Amino acid sequence: MRRAALIIIPYFWLLALFLVPFLIVLKISLSDTALAIPPYTPTLDFSNGWQGIKDFWAALDLENFEFLTTDDLYWKAYLSSLKIAVIATFLTLLVGYPIAYGMANAPDHWRPTLMMLVILPFWTSFLIRVYSWMGILSNEGYLNQLLMGMGVISEPLTILNTNTAVYIGIVYTYLPFMILPIYSALERLDASLLEAAEDLGCSRLTAFWLVTVPLSKNGIIAGCFLVFIPTLGEFVIPSLLGGSKTLMIGKVLWEEFFNNRDWPVASAVAVILLLILIIPIILFQRNEQKQREADG
Amino acid sequence: MRRLTWFNTTALTLGFAFLYLPMIILIIYSFNESKLVTVWAGFSTKWYGELLGNEAFLSAAWVTLKVAVFSSTLATILGTLGALVLVRAGRFPGRTLFSGMIYAPLVMPEVITGLSLLLLFIGIGLDRGVFTIVLAHTTFSMCFVSVVVSSRLVSFDRSLEEAALDLGCSPMEAFRLVTLPIIAPAVISGWLLAFTLSLDDLVIASFTAGPSATTLPMKIWSSVRLGVSPEINALSTLMIGIVAIGVISASLITKRAALRQEAEERAAVQA
Repeated sequence: MRRAALIIIPYFWLLALFLVPFLIVLKISLSDTALAIPPYTPTLDFSNGWQGIKDFWAALDLENFEFLTTDDLYWKAYLSSLKIAVIATFLTLLVGYPIAYGMANAPDHWRPTLMMLVILPFWTSFLIRVYSWMGILSNEGYLNQLLMGMGVISEPLTILNTNTAVYIGIVYTYLPFMILPIYSALERLDASLLEAAEDLGCSRLTAFWLVTVPLSKNGIIAGCFLVFIPTLGEFVIPSLLGGSKTLMIGKVLWEEFFNNRDWPVASAVAVILLLILIIPIILFQRNEQKQREADG
Repeated sequence: MRRLTWFNTTALTLGFAFLYLPMIILIIYSFNESKLVTVWAGFSTKWYGELLGNEAFLSAAWVTLKVAVFSSTLATILGTLGALVLVRAGRFPGRTLFSGMIYAPLVMPEVITGLSLLLLFIGIGLDRGVFTIVLAHTTFSMCFVSVVVSSRLVSFDRSLEEAALDLGCSPMEAFRLVTLPIIAPAVISGWLLAFTLSLDDLVIASFTAGPSATTLPMKIWSSVRLGVSPEINALSTLMIGIVAIGVISASLITKRAALRQEAEERAAVQA
């Protein structure tokens, strides 16, 4: 009895506020746009009884999804989100791995402090961290002032409102998600394995590629997924740092909903984004599962 | 092999410079006299004064604080229950669905969560405002609390609870006197996480807020879209300062607690 009550409360909450909203999105993605409140048809009308439900079913169709395939804005936005997410994940790995490596090889008494320094930005506002780059990257910003002051460039570089700024923003904000799993993999690495490799004639660098990298593989995979998955649906970074040419699907969805008030198309965009995300999410879960089993 | 080679030192220095320089620049320029944020014109705290005199920011901050306190508290209760269900309830019909619903919101793009909740609120005719933001924030942050608390529950030694039951505790008493104190650190960090997530959230709040309520991130958003502003720099500095003080003092407290426990254990062994 008590057990049933314990299960029902969180279960019911998640059903009502997570699963049901989702089914509503699915349903509206199959509806048609209308100039009404709410701005779509059909709406489920129980007053006509069974006939009402039948009419409702009959009026649902895949029109919005067909629309998404015909207007090239959408598939370009999906492709460009995927491209940006893949490149940004790779860049985050390039920046994050040496930091994680340095942390794992730092003296023991430094490590708690280094850990805290990595986690601290995670607790500060995401919006502010993205915003902090606007002043640095703008045409009259600090970076251009510095480079021009040193005489490296004579004309200011245009970085803000380009994809470069989006990459910088993503690497900056998601870096802790990459560092932490790699650090925890490297920290557990048995140093005697490296000594053995060097004794057997490996150079430092070969030992790194043949021993350290394979043994931190799970950390790398986890970090990449933790960066890739949220980046794909990112909205704040492309809106603040990207330009009008930066196409990302999170931004398209937002504009479709708030600016065009086209709820059915916004819902269809959301459904496809989810379908794309399911694959990396399942792969990520499987990697975590394997990790847990390996840890015993 | 624990040594600081030149490579490690460089990696750490450059890495942490990259992580912290943007925020340090932001803090320095929040004390800039000039309205033009990229030109230094002398030290001044006038933007802090303007900020504190700005009614719109203050009321948005108040709304954000209310939402964060209510949603994180609710999320901690529901999330702890969720963790107990995940770890303790054993098999029951729909268990897979339940764990799916706990883990899915963690990776769900915010735009989708926001859109779906908004469509629900409109569908059931709920007026949007502070209440709907609280519902939305509770839903996604309870999942984070569940994950944090369940990782603690998994490593929890159940024989302690069984001992309490054998010694005559009711199950409720055993939970309150034995289980809860042991999982308390995880519950507290879950609450802090939920609180921060709520303070931080822009996207979900924008979808679920409606015209009557504006949170601080929404206010910051509408202002930074127009470009860099000295008032936002001042606000950012205040927020970074509060978080830094909070995180550093929390870590000092846990460190001291760990040292005290160690000392007590040593004393117990000697006695």
